[in-house]
Amino acid sequence: MATDDRAGRLTRPDEGVDRSNGTVLLAGAIAAIVVSPVVWLVLQAVGQGPARILGLLVGGSTLRITVNSVLLTGLTTLGSVAIGVPLAVLTVQTDLPFRRFWTVVCALPLVVPSYIGAFAFVSAFGPRGLLTEFVPTGATVYGLGGTVLVLTLFVYPYVFLTTRAALLSFDTTLLEAARTLDHSYLAAFRRVALPRILPGVTAGALLVALYALSDFGTPAIMHYDVFTRLIYVYYATPGSEGAAVVLSLQLLVITGFVLALESRIGAASEEKGYASSGRSDAATIELGWWKLPATLFPASIAVLCLVVPVGVLALWILRGGPGYTAGGFAFEWSYGINTVVVSLVAALATTLVAIPIALSSARTETALSRLTERATYFGYATPGVVLGLALVVFGSNYAPALYQTLPLLVFAYVVRFLPQAVGTTRSSVLQVDETLVEAARTLGVSQLAAFRRVTLPLIAPGVIAGAALVFLTSMRELPATLLLHPTGFTTLVTYVWRVTDAGYYGAAAVPALALIGVSGLSMLVILSQEGDDGG
Amino acid sequence: MPQGDAMAETDGTAEPSTRIGTRDGTPTADEETVVSLEGVTKRYGPTTAVDGLSLSVHRGELLTLVGPSGCGKTTTLRLLAGLERPTSGTVRVDGEVVAGGNAFHDPEERDVGIVFQDFALFPHLTVAENVAFGLGEETDHEHRVEELLSLVGLSEYHDRQPSQLSGGEKQRVALARSLAPEPAVLLLDEPFSNLDVGLRVEMREEVRRILDETGVTAVNVTHDQEEAMSISDRVAIVREGRLEQVDTPEGAFQRPRSRFVASFLGHASFVSGYVSGETVDTGIGPIPRAAIDGLAREYDGTDVDVMVRPDDVTARPPAPDEVPNGEVVHRRFLGPTVFYRVELDSGDVVGCSHNHAEEVPLDEPVKVELSAEHDLAWFPTGAKRVADGGTDDAR
Repeated sequence: MATDDRAGRLTRPDEGVDRSNGTVLLAGAIAAIVVSPVVWLVLQAVGQGPARILGLLVGGSTLRITVNSVLLTGLTTLGSVAIGVPLAVLTVQTDLPFRRFWTVVCALPLVVPSYIGAFAFVSAFGPRGLLTEFVPTGATVYGLGGTVLVLTLFVYPYVFLTTRAALLSFDTTLLEAARTLDHSYLAAFRRVALPRILPGVTAGALLVALYALSDFGTPAIMHYDVFTRLIYVYYATPGSEGAAVVLSLQLLVITGFVLALESRIGAASEEKGYASSGRSDAATIELGWWKLPATLFPASIAVLCLVVPVGVLALWILRGGPGYTAGGFAFEWSYGINTVVVSLVAALATTLVAIPIALSSARTETALSRLTERATYFGYATPGVVLGLALVVFGSNYAPALYQTLPLLVFAYVVRFLPQAVGTTRSSVLQVDETLVEAARTLGVSQLAAFRRVTLPLIAPGVIAGAALVFLTSMRELPATLLLHPTGFTTLVTYVWRVTDAGYYGAAAVPALALIGVSGLSMLVILSQEGDDGG
Repeated sequence: MPQGDAMAETDGTAEPSTRIGTRDGTPTADEETVVSLEGVTKRYGPTTAVDGLSLSVHRGELLTLVGPSGCGKTTTLRLLAGLERPTSGTVRVDGEVVAGGNAFHDPEERDVGIVFQDFALFPHLTVAENVAFGLGEETDHEHRVEELLSLVGLSEYHDRQPSQLSGGEKQRVALARSLAPEPAVLLLDEPFSNLDVGLRVEMREEVRRILDETGVTAVNVTHDQEEAMSISDRVAIVREGRLEQVDTPEGAFQRPRSRFVASFLGHASFVSGYVSGETVDTGIGPIPRAAIDGLAREYDGTDVDVMVRPDDVTARPPAPDEVPNGEVVHRRFLGPTVFYRVELDSGDVVGCSHNHAEEVPLDEPVKVELSAEHDLAWFPTGAKRVADGGTDDAR
């Protein structure tokens, strides 16, 4: 049958090269550029000589921040599992009242950038905060405890969502099958359900770990010394750039380790098929009189994650007061315009770069096209502060003309958010049947015209969604913006950072709320994409 | 004697290239060739999909490439369309070399149209825009589009979206779209395989009507031998990248040039026989030499296999004075007919189909007789006999 012939064609290596050599080469070149920043870091580190590197590696502060980073990552992950898994079970497996409502509420904290959350908590419970009188004497919002608390509250939804997906996709007839094979409910759950749900939990936990490890804003605002904070401190201290570079490479290695773990577990869980489809409505646990206390759990999480930050920001706006215009920190609307313009440019640039990569990875099965697609994730996985530093090193040492210019900042956004655009574009390319292009060409249309008249109109929704995502995430990006923005070029994010640093919390309320709104919009874009895929 | 030559070839002794075009594949003077393949080979790494294939398509005919899955028929079609580049060999369309030597014309530079298996309608364009796609962007083609839509009976579907169409309607639009630029040859890639069984037969007739009306030359690809025989002017049976036979449907069915063709086009049994004078002695009795198609004298005194189709033989309970020559070992009810598998005393197994009213008991001795009124095909013995229902040649 012809389908056999076609399936065979996909795996034949010479075919793609035959037809879209140009696209693949272009994509490969782009990927090389995307990976390049790390090369500058390595060059810079090597340039310092082995003795100094060794000294930095075994220095006292290195050990301290490694322990701190591991503690923060570990505790945040544990906390996220402790909150995310019970919430997932409650919203999927029980007869909790208003389950749909609580599901949305439990996922919503993802919308709040964690550094805004940290800012809200500090501005409420920190020194000179709104609610400082409620903090017991001797206790402080700063440090490990506060950082773990805030980070957990805003990243646990990763665990919640992946666990939920695993629970939803679990086919409960398997449980019934186990029970007909003489297993008690508990034994059946342990031997059949658990192995299928566990990969979902683990996948979410690893996402949390990666986030905690690379997050810059939260530990910085909460004054807790981890890799990201120290990299920034060293960067800002004249003469300590070398230390920042070595720390960055160390952080990259640790990140790589977590990523390797994640890809192994990801592959394993795909094999075990935790995303298998099936009936899952049968095993509802009746809560009985536990209903009310059970509802209090998601409700209190919602208060902490949503009501507190938004409420605090709103209170600051209402209060206005002396802090608002003091110290030359007055908010100007041009900051907003700056943010929109630079993010718009980044979105456009990223989209242009993403299209050839998406085409080559969706249409050809060569090693180069696979490598290219993987490479785009490199910038995504690189902690923002490390990427920012790498480009600072590049700019100050190799390309002074670019240093602290908008093109370099836009480049950082492209490198960092390329996978978002590639992802949405690629999935829409995959939905375009390749025979459509062949049909166009047998109707006398050239390859380029076929792309313009057939492929492009069909992938437009994916391309636009990708651009929107990049636009919205660029607007809220903190560390790279902080390191690379040109002098005098203030965005919403750098403004929030500056006034928070100086303690003028009131001034940051409006831009911070705006950033929450922006993040909410990006969530909507993602959800609408998922809706398209389903339909 | 061509028949004898064909026999030799199926035993694998002849060069594959001499296999083609000796009987009906050779174009005569009044049959103008529109498309030709000459020794075309396509390799993918170590796999050879098309192996030195030569074929000519005549103006106005519908030729069907038919063969089992993975035989290379779709690849052949894609080579014609320019969607694949041949490893070697020459492809001509309307006398012009479009692939071969250093020449390679892209699909858009060839005068070919193609109807894809899944129709490949552009989902973002209306029916009319789909049909007008190949007519160029600059000018207005409203008249031509109307003409084609009325040809395929979809005039009122002008502004519909492809997603609103049924399978049969999509097929009509795809046909109209590929006919619009008036291609020298229309290629059909398993066009009926995505349709419901009921619709398939109807669309077969409909497509044949449209092709006849436009007079276009067409090459169809299918794995369904019934479809191939019912709509084609000629069929080309493809196996493992090579042509086994090119013939009219009747010719290929009655006079298959290989056991593979015999079995692929319909159920075939082979009964062994010994050529002695004016008869061939077989397990179903002596068959007159005259009833066997072109049995050459040099096969006197040798063993041959005679091909019988299920409707060529009947099995019945023996009369009291008759000696039975076989036993029914299998019985399958097929509705209008009943299929029996009879093991002959000679060891051969033959399939016979009867009217369902005639009842022959299972596991009883029967008398099997030849009831065919046409010549029978034959093959020299020497290779492993293809048993009842088998589809593979001896190697």
